[in-house]
Amino acid sequence: MSDRIRERFAALAAEGRAGLVTYLCAGDPDPETSLALIRGLPGCGVDLIEIGMPFSDPMADGPAIQAGNLRAIAGGMKLAKVLDLVRRFREEDQATPVILMGYYNPVHQMGKERFIQSAVEAGVDGLIMVDLPPEEDEEFCLPAKAAGLDFIRLATPTTDAKRLPVVLNNASGFIYYVSITGITGSAAPVADQVGEAVRRIKSSTTLPVAVGFGIRTPEQAAAIARHADAAVVGSALVDLVASNLDEAGKARPGLVETVHSLVRDLAAGVRGARA
Amino acid sequence: MSQRNSLRNMPDENGHYGIFGGRFVAETLMPLILELESAYEAAKKDEGFWKELDGWFKDYVGRPSPLYFAERLTEHFGGAKIYFKREELNHTGSHKINNTVAQVLLAKRMGKTRIIAETGAGQHGVATATVASRLGLPCIVYMGAKDIERQQPNVFRMRLLGAEVRPVTSGSHTLKDAMNEALRDWVSNVHDTFYVIGSVAGPHPYPAMVRDFQSVIGRETKQQILEKEGRLPDVLIAAVGGGSNAMGLFHPFLDDDVRLIAVEAAGDGIETGRHAAAMAAGTPGVLHGSRSYLLQDEDGQVVEPHSISAGLDYPGVGPEHSWLKEQGRLEIAPATDAETLEAFQLCGRIEGILPALECAHALAHIAKIAPTMDKDQVIVLNLSGRGDKDIFTVAEHLGVKL
Ligand SMILES: Cc1ncc(COP(=O)(O)O)c(C=O)c1O
Repeated sequence: MSDRIRERFAALAAEGRAGLVTYLCAGDPDPETSLALIRGLPGCGVDLIEIGMPFSDPMADGPAIQAGNLRAIAGGMKLAKVLDLVRRFREEDQATPVILMGYYNPVHQMGKERFIQSAVEAGVDGLIMVDLPPEEDEEFCLPAKAAGLDFIRLATPTTDAKRLPVVLNNASGFIYYVSITGITGSAAPVADQVGEAVRRIKSSTTLPVAVGFGIRTPEQAAAIARHADAAVVGSALVDLVASNLDEAGKARPGLVETVHSLVRDLAAGVRGARA
Repeated sequence: MSQRNSLRNMPDENGHYGIFGGRFVAETLMPLILELESAYEAAKKDEGFWKELDGWFKDYVGRPSPLYFAERLTEHFGGAKIYFKREELNHTGSHKINNTVAQVLLAKRMGKTRIIAETGAGQHGVATATVASRLGLPCIVYMGAKDIERQQPNVFRMRLLGAEVRPVTSGSHTLKDAMNEALRDWVSNVHDTFYVIGSVAGPHPYPAMVRDFQSVIGRETKQQILEKEGRLPDVLIAAVGGGSNAMGLFHPFLDDDVRLIAVEAAGDGIETGRHAAAMAAGTPGVLHGSRSYLLQDEDGQVVEPHSISAGLDYPGVGPEHSWLKEQGRLEIAPATDAETLEAFQLCGRIEGILPALECAHALAHIAKIAPTMDKDQVIVLNLSGRGDKDIFTVAEHLGVKL
């Protein structure tokens, strides 16, 4: 298991608060802006960073994140450059866990061995592969874990008691509970239901549980942070990137500050949740 | 033949065809996929299910479809005898109805109350809307905004059948995006929704299930050709989009001494890069729930295909086709838009049949091989659909204003 992820959740537990995890798509809207966005996250109070590996057909994501993926691809983002971005982030930050999230095909195309090795070298701590269920573990999860990468698994409202052990088997780092039955950026989660689900998962595993999908505001993040070990915010940030582009799709001045400002508010919400 | 050595025994218990196939979907869908798999396994063993399906095939779809000797085309090419398996005579005009009847009956058995589908050319959407209407289930069909533009007649048909056609404007507005959108709908409505996939694609068990439902084509063909010719054909040929009409024709013949030719849409020509020939020019990749040949760039991004026929305009192909190709069992052949247009017109002129542009691709390849074959040899073409839906596209390419 990655030391950075374990240490970060241990520190959060010691502080008695939940963490904030943010998702941004690597290379959205362009490589340099993306690097500036990601470099600034720890300073805004982000505890774990999730970086999307762009894919043309992100089936489990909503329109906002698909558009972000396509902007990144149009801006020349490639998987090798995503790993580069992590490497450059690591030059300045040794402590914040970085988790790559994405779909299998680009990794498959690069070659899984080459990808795993480059990811470890770049300073990646964990992976979320949306379209690799436990049924396909031998394909990629097991070699990734053998190389020291955490394999973070999604649990969802459709994961019943019978299936939960299947999902937990081989999972590491933390469990990502998808708070709604749907795609990213659609409905808002209901905090009480989330609380119940988190308790159910925690009764079967010692791994921390982060909750995401549908969290947009500091208030929602706070409500989730009362129940979970971390709250994950993605679409709201990607939407904010989108609304700060000019007609040609280029970053407007102030984009980075605007996104960071929302991140700071979210972090404050999460930090105040159990006060 | 021993069970173990049969090519017909795929996939394995995890849905793999060699390295192809599998279940590459989000966790939200996995419980549903597993539920579908066990419901299908149960239905498969239930004689009542097949009996009910046979009843629908006979009285609603109009099966068996004839095996027709295309005498004038045979004379025209001056080689092998050419037969058409007339799937275009089915209710709604294509082979797609075989699979949709079966899947919607399965949905009913599972207690699902809402049907969704994706469609490219519209044939699968029309077939799904038809059966959903007949069984009184609400039906939503996802269709790329680009395809909606070029397939207006089918869009209107679906609406008349009571279905809601939802234009898809994410991604590149075509079939692959319609499939993404249908998967998104399914993820969001798993409790009551059945997703009717239109080809031998998607996560296991769809490729195997759709193949089993479409295999009625090959089973009938086998019996009919034995009656007419007293022997098996030399060549079976079909166009491949996702691959369901081809797999339906081929599967019952996999262990027989028969050449199987899958014709892919070569668009402007494979060398131009504007085509939909996943097996000829793609590489193994993972999209829409399974590993198969895929049109993709060097970074694993899906490349937009091109074909004159919206029904073949898919960047991937079913996993079993990919496996059969690697086994050397399947021959892959290209047909360009131009060759297809010519075959389409020829068939209308001398056989009185306007084939769908999809199967006109297979006919275009027959034009290349039939003349080189002996007169006592036999080719069976899967005439998977009728060309009514395509007259606007053809007119445009011929510079005719309708
Ligand atoms: C008439 C017809 N033939 C063939 C196809 C291609 O699909 P498949 O390869 O699954 O048979 C389509 C798809 O829409 C079609 O409408």
